[in-house]
Amino acid sequence: MTVGRFNRHGVWAIYAFEMHRFFRTIWTGLATPVITTSLYFVVFGSAIGSRMNTSDLGVPYGSFIVPGLMMLSLFNECIFNASFGIHMPRFTGTIYEPLSAPLSPFEIVLGYVGAAATKAMAVSLVILLTANLFVEVQILHPFWMVAFLVLIAATFCLFGFIVGIWAKGFEQLQIIPMLVVTPLTFLGGAFYSIHMLPEPFKTATLFNPIVYLISGFRWTFYGKGDVSVGISLAMTGLFLLVCLGVIWWIFRTGYRLKS
Amino acid sequence: MDPVISIRGLGKRYAGGHEALKNVDLDIERGEIFALLGPNGAGKTTLISIVCGIVTPSEGTVTAAGHDIVADYRAARTKIGLVPQELHTDAFEPVWSTVSFSRGLFGKPPNPAHIERVLKDLSLWDKRKSKIKELSGGMKRRVMIAKALAHEPEILFLDEPTAGVDVELRRDMWELVRKLRESGVTIILTTHYIEEAEEMADRIGVIRKGELILVEEKHALMEKLGKKQLTLALSEPMDAVPDALAEWQLDLRSGGNELVYTFDANAERNGIPSLLRRMSDLGIGFKDLATHQSSLEDIFVSLVSEGSAA
Ligand SMILES: Nc1ncnc2c1ncn2[C@@H]1O[C@H](COP(=O)(O)OP(=O)(O)O)[C@@H](O)[C@H]1O
Ligand SMILES: [Mg+2]
Repeated sequence: MTVGRFNRHGVWAIYAFEMHRFFRTIWTGLATPVITTSLYFVVFGSAIGSRMNTSDLGVPYGSFIVPGLMMLSLFNECIFNASFGIHMPRFTGTIYEPLSAPLSPFEIVLGYVGAAATKAMAVSLVILLTANLFVEVQILHPFWMVAFLVLIAATFCLFGFIVGIWAKGFEQLQIIPMLVVTPLTFLGGAFYSIHMLPEPFKTATLFNPIVYLISGFRWTFYGKGDVSVGISLAMTGLFLLVCLGVIWWIFRTGYRLKS
Repeated sequence: MDPVISIRGLGKRYAGGHEALKNVDLDIERGEIFALLGPNGAGKTTLISIVCGIVTPSEGTVTAAGHDIVADYRAARTKIGLVPQELHTDAFEPVWSTVSFSRGLFGKPPNPAHIERVLKDLSLWDKRKSKIKELSGGMKRRVMIAKALAHEPEILFLDEPTAGVDVELRRDMWELVRKLRESGVTIILTTHYIEEAEEMADRIGVIRKGELILVEEKHALMEKLGKKQLTLALSEPMDAVPDALAEWQLDLRSGGNELVYTFDANAERNGIPSLLRRMSDLGIGFKDLATHQSSLEDIFVSLVSEGSAA
């Protein structure tokens, strides 16, 4: 089998096309996270945070929620951008072009997922900068912070890609983020430490995969997580592999892409 | 010379169980214009989609420019351009970007001079900055063609290129097709109009219900089309056609029991009266006689009627 060289022009074409789509709506794309983050700080940081017992956290409540806020937006942005990116050409029929182009499945995914992850990470960083205006933010492990951000973005964009292929219409694109990811994120310690929960909720929460992601990411900021950082990293790696496996199967069988 | 596309034993059964292609063998010669003619639902789009990598074949193999379309898909697909039957476009993209995008997808480095040439050939140059959604249907089809040509393919597939197209675009398109052929591009188009195949193609393949029922040079095909056959059931079987009947080029069939004369139905003098006179002079008797259209004509009649019924 002579598969030949990496089609970098092809990957770039998809990546640039997707980024161009994001830039068309850049102002709303960036204003939304800035406004919502500010609202979170006003509501949670000042109103509720001042009444919370934060002795467990080791940092003020406002600082504590920054990694969780970044994750909440990262999950949603990743799933939304990646699922829309691949669903749109399926919907309009333009998918015929990448499918008939000399692109490997890996290259197609790299183009779509790479662009979705770029945008999602950019939004996360905007949230970080906005948060920095309201509260003090520390990043103890910048290398690991970037590593977690990239890994989690890649994982959720792959997941979004799967949703975009699975979905039969635009309503279905919204279902997974709304009914699964957002609730799991709120219940997964984005705004509190799971140690604050009474049993049995504390143990039940450990079955929520999002807990491990948020905990690991928070550790890169303040050196303290709900679970050990090794477990967080392993879980992140596991989700990444599961998503890669599903995508491999999609291209292998042509599921909803080729008849 | 090796064929530019070689299809062997190609079959496709869709998930629902429908058999859209059955054991198709076909060679396309380099530089020819080949028309795939058949009614709606015959399997034309399926055949094209398999060669282009959009549909997975159930059986058989295809090579394009010498490369297997599955094992060596990169090399194969780089050589192929496809204009699909439906207008699939990115509404918000300007013409120039969408055509450049296609070139990139196919692994070619940017070449603005080539894109400019393609857009000018398709009378799209003035519209290069327009968004696709602002264009008329005909213009959109031109954009689809420009996209397919952006990466300088050696093989171009046009799936029902004239469906719903105005006269002007049709003329421009045929002009472009001829120009492409002169530059060495092989063109495969599908249609359900005999006239269209006749106007454009060097060779014609007829497909019906997933089967490629015949492939012919256009001229040979058109000649056969006008032909009728007279069958004479002989009173006495004969071993060979008598020399005295040589000028009618008769065929002896059914173990010497039938004489078959093929004649041009449109000619002023079809030769039948003189043949019958000569036979009676020679004392050759016959019990029965019948004329019928050649089997090709039958095929076309059913083709056209099925085509218009769909
Ligand atoms: N994706 C598909 N799934 C199931 N059946 C299909 C699919 N695409 C085409 N068919 C069927 O296969 C047959 C051939 O279709 P097609 O190749 O589009 O024919 P043509 O292009 O000659 O009109 C038709 O009966 C059509 O209904
Ligand atoms: Mg068709």
